[in-house]
Parts: sequence; structure tokens; C-alpha cells
Amino acid sequence: MVTSLYGAVEQGLIYAIMALGVYLTFRILDFPDLTVDGSFVTGGAVSAVMIVNGYDPFVSILAGGLIGFFAGCVTGILHTHGKINPLLSGIIMMIALYSINLRIMGKPTIPLLNETTWFKQIGTWWEQSGIDAAIFSLFSSMGMEEYMPKTFLVIFSMMLLVMIIKKMMDWLLATEAGLALRATGDNDRMAKSFSANTKGYIIIGLGISNGMVAVSGAMITHYNGFADINLGIGMIIVGLASVIIGEGLFGKDKMARATLAVILGAIIYRIIISLALRMDFFDASDMKLITAVIVVGALVIPVWWRQFRDRKKRMARKKEIDAQEQTHTEGASQIATTEAD
Amino acid sequence: MLQLKQIEKVFYEGTPDEKRALQGIDLKLNEGDFVTVIGSNGAGKSTLLNVIAGVIFPDFGKVTIDNQDATFIPEHRRAQWIGRVFQDPMAGTAPHMTIEENLALALGRTKKRSLLPGVSSKRKKEFREILSSIDIGLENRLTTKVGLLSGGERQALSLLMATFTKPKILLLDEHTAALDPSRAELVTRLTKELVERHQLTTLMVTHQMDQAIELGNRLMMMDAGQIIFEANEEDKKDLTVEHLIAKFQEIRGKKMANDRSLLTV
Ligand SMILES: Nc1ncnc2c1ncn2[C@@H]1O[C@H](COP(=O)(O)OP(=O)(O)OP(=O)(O)O)[C@@H](O)[C@H]1O
Ligand SMILES: [Mg+2]
Repeated sequence: MVTSLYGAVEQGLIYAIMALGVYLTFRILDFPDLTVDGSFVTGGAVSAVMIVNGYDPFVSILAGGLIGFFAGCVTGILHTHGKINPLLSGIIMMIALYSINLRIMGKPTIPLLNETTWFKQIGTWWEQSGIDAAIFSLFSSMGMEEYMPKTFLVIFSMMLLVMIIKKMMDWLLATEAGLALRATGDNDRMAKSFSANTKGYIIIGLGISNGMVAVSGAMITHYNGFADINLGIGMIIVGLASVIIGEGLFGKDKMARATLAVILGAIIYRIIISLALRMDFFDASDMKLITAVIVVGALVIPVWWRQFRDRKKRMARKKEIDAQEQTHTEGASQIATTEAD
Repeated sequence: MLQLKQIEKVFYEGTPDEKRALQGIDLKLNEGDFVTVIGSNGAGKSTLLNVIAGVIFPDFGKVTIDNQDATFIPEHRRAQWIGRVFQDPMAGTAPHMTIEENLALALGRTKKRSLLPGVSSKRKKEFREILSSIDIGLENRLTTKVGLLSGGERQALSLLMATFTKPKILLLDEHTAALDPSRAELVTRLTKELVERHQLTTLMVTHQMDQAIELGNRLMMMDAGQIIFEANEEDKKDLTVEHLIAKFQEIRGKKMANDRSLLTV
């Protein structure tokens, strides 16, 4: 039970990079970008093929991100210069990427079991550092051997990486160019009237977003130990779920707060899924349905809750007025009776 | 500073909905000119401002800004010379960004945007000073999201954002029309102050004739895509609202009579 939680946190941290990318398009650019389903796999595909061909694992991840960046830019160009509606631009690119990903991979799955993945590479260094051993001895001194994961490598390395990416994103969005990017999503017309090349910002923004998504896809491939052509199906909804859960639980007022919320949202989403899958009733194949239900719930429950609360407030106020009227008419009838006397 | 030559703009050309929005507009603004523009609905005032700003390109004619042919320069590049305030108070600011972020964005109008922080502590101080100059208390709310401001406050901020970087041309399109009378008065007063302070060459569309007479040094009246009446600094001094209405009816009546005679021929 607890050890499966570690797995959820590990995956959550890796998927958090994807969720930050989705946040950038959905929330900052106000562009519902469905390219994600394709670019996530693209990252994994490029990285896997490169590893098999003997490239450095970290370089392969960066290369995957770069190709994802270009894929996002194409979606942006389809929309800004081809005047195709945002949803459709994304869907077109997603479909195109499915074939492209198969071309890159050459077959639907690439196993990486005998290859040096990034986690294996940093694993050797990690063991030498002795951090795992230190934490393990801490656990056993408290008599909690059962609650130990196999290693803290993924959690530590991903936390570091995700925090670096988050900081970079916070910094970028506060620069002059970043402000123009945000204004493009917030008020396109105004951004243009202040010299912002909004088309350019949309293209670059989609590129950065899909670059992050592809990096996330590449890392998941390393984590899983294989690349899979179908890994990206429904990825956009997973990203969205993370964004909505995070914003709902941790707020979204300040930029730095919002990006942190998205990361935590991604982790919580994975925990919910892993808990749900532990129930006998659910199969692994039900994951997408569970995700859909989570997203609907996260979207609908706050609205219903607000309606319910407002209704209660209104009813309470109305009762007050009813009560006032009551005393008023009672008073009036009393006067009437006294007059009759 | 700004010159328009024989500007024509037709919407839906060749269809039953064909609309001749601008028909041979000739206009020259000298540096420091403040021209007020009046005219009936659909006269083409907004279309004219859009042609100047590069939101739409004219079908015919030439736009020159500061002796440079700007006819087909796209809006976002032309914006380095042009400040704009729209009728809708929501249109001129980014609601989910703070006041200081909006001001920082406005700074980027005149120069290339960098990867340096948009809101530095030095800029924060400058912003506070600029905001206190309009004296509506925004200087203490630098980190407030603009979406939380009232329509009047937002419009005052829009005006400030459009002017404090000293554009070569300021375009105002009924920017007080959506505000209640007291707020409209405030924004009008600010307009006057800011235009004077920065010596801005301004084109202001308004529906209020008294405002059109009171503000600026020139006035023009548009109808059916044409400039039908112009008053220079001299003429404008003894212009009254009654004058303008009479002028409008006279010119329009003549035109209608002409049209009718054309039809009967
Ligand atoms: N983008 C457009 N597409 C089609 N027709 C347009 C467009 N913009 C303006 N028009 C038409 O051109 C004519 C002039 O419109 P414009 O908005 O310039 O008038 P206006 O003088 O600003 O009027 P108002 O005082 O109502 O704002 C109108 O008949 C309008 O319907
Ligand atoms: Mg108009």
C-alpha cells in the first residue's frame, strides 16, 4: 500500500512536467491544445530510438523535447497562419504525430530493459552518494522497514528537476517577453495594440508547452523501461485533471503559486488513480474512465457547491424578509383589534 | 505627423451587403494637433481609426506616419508609434494581470521585449509615481489584478498605459462612452491633462458634441464614410452645438437632394 504510494509520487513528479506544459497552453495562452497526446509519445519515441542507438540518455531526453517543441510550433502555425480553430489544429497535429511517432519508432513498442536509461545512469552515482543507505537506516531505526521504497532516486532527482523547471517557468513568465505572452492569452487585442506579435507568442508558447510535454514523455519512457505508441492517449485530460485539481486545492492567485499547485495536482491525481486501481472492482483499463470522472467531478462539484451555497444564502435572506412581514402584519392586526375595541 | 490620402475601404465588396465604410478620406495631422471626430452611427469613424492603427488595411490610398509609408505595416509593428484606448473599458487592459504587470507590458510598446524581469524594483517606483500623477489611488494597488478594478478605473489606467510612453499618435474611440457621467468626466479631464503634458498628436472620436467642441484644436464631422465638415482652430472658437447640428442637417440635406436628383436624371 505505502510502497505503491511512492510509485504514484514518482510518476506524479514526472507527469508534473507535462501538466505544467498543459497549464501554459490551457491557462496562460487560453489555447486548448490537443497536440499533447501526440507530442508526449514523440518525446518518448525520439529518446528511446536514440538510446538504442547509443546516445547519452540525457541528451536523448533533450532531443525529444526539441522535437516536441517543433511539433507544438506547427500546431501554432496551423492556427495563427492557417486560421484553423485551436481545437482542430491540435487534433490535426495529434493525428499526424501518431504516424510520425510510428515512423520514428519503426514498431509500436521499443523495450529499453537492457539499455542505459537516464535513471540507470544517475543511479550509479546515486548509490555511491549513499543517500539511500542513510535514509534506510533512518527508517529501520524507527522500525518502519515495511514502509521503505526500493530507492529514493526517482523522487529526489525528479523533485529537483521539476523544481528547476518550475522556477524557470516562473522566471520566464515574469520577463518582459513573458508578460507579453500572458497578455496574448488574456487580451489578444490589447496585446497587439502594445506591439506584441501575438501570432509569434502563440507559436512559441505552444512550442515550449509541447517541448515540456515531450520531455515528460521521454522521462516516463525511461521510467517504464519501454516506449509505447499508445502511451499518449488521453494525456491531455490527465494534464487537465492535474491543473484543475491543483488549482482547486491550492489556489491560483499568484503565478508561482499556480505552478506549484499544478505540480501538486499532478501528484495527487496519480495518488487518486493508484488508490482507485487498488480496488478489486477496477481494472487497469478503467484508468481513463476514472480520469474522465475525476475531471468532470473537479469541474462540476465546485460549481454545484457554489450554487448550493448561494441558494442557501438567498433562502436565509428570504426567511428574514418573511419574518419581517409576519411581525408587520401581526402588528397591523393588533392595531386593528385595538381600534375595534 | 500623420497623413491619409484618398483612403477607401469597402466591406463585403460585390455582395448585396456591400458597405462603403470610407470613401476618399484625406486628412493631415500636424505635430501636436488634437482633432475631435464626430459623426452618426456607421459613419466610418472606428473604421478610420482602425486603418490608421493597421487593424485593417485600406483598399485604396496611403497612410503616412512621421514621413514613413505605413499603409501596410501590420498592427503590432505600427503600435510602436500609436497609443490606443477603446470604447470598452475591458478592451485596453489584461484582466488577469496586475496593475504593475500591465504597465510593464505598456512599456514594451516602444522597444523590443527582453528576457529581463518586466517589473523590477526600479520600475515599481516609476510606476507608483506615474500612477499617483492621475490621483485616483491606484498607486497603492500595484499588485491588484486589473480585472478587479471598476470600469472607470480601468479606463483611466488604459489611458495612462496608452500615453505614458509618449506615442507619436494617440487614437481614442469613444473612450468615455461606456462610463457613468462622473467617471466619464474624470476620464475626459485626464485625457486633456495627459495630452497636454506629453504634447500628443491626438484623434478622438466622441458622440458628445459639447465635448468635441471643448477639447482639442480641430474638429471634423464624418458621414457615410466621408469627412463632411472641418473646423480649424479659428473656426472652432465660436462653434456651438446648435451650429454643428445645423451644419450637419444642411450638408446632409444637400447630399440627399443631390442623390435624389441623381436618381431622377
Ligand atoms: N469588420 C467589419 N466588417 C464588415 N463591416 C464593417 C466592419 N467594420 C465596420 N463595418 C461597417 O462599416 C460601417 C462603418 O462602421 P464604423 O464602425 O466605422 O462606424 P462608426 O462611425 O464608428 O459608428 P459608431 O458611432 O456606431 O461607432 C458600418 O456600416 C459598419 O457596419
Ligand atoms: Mg465606432
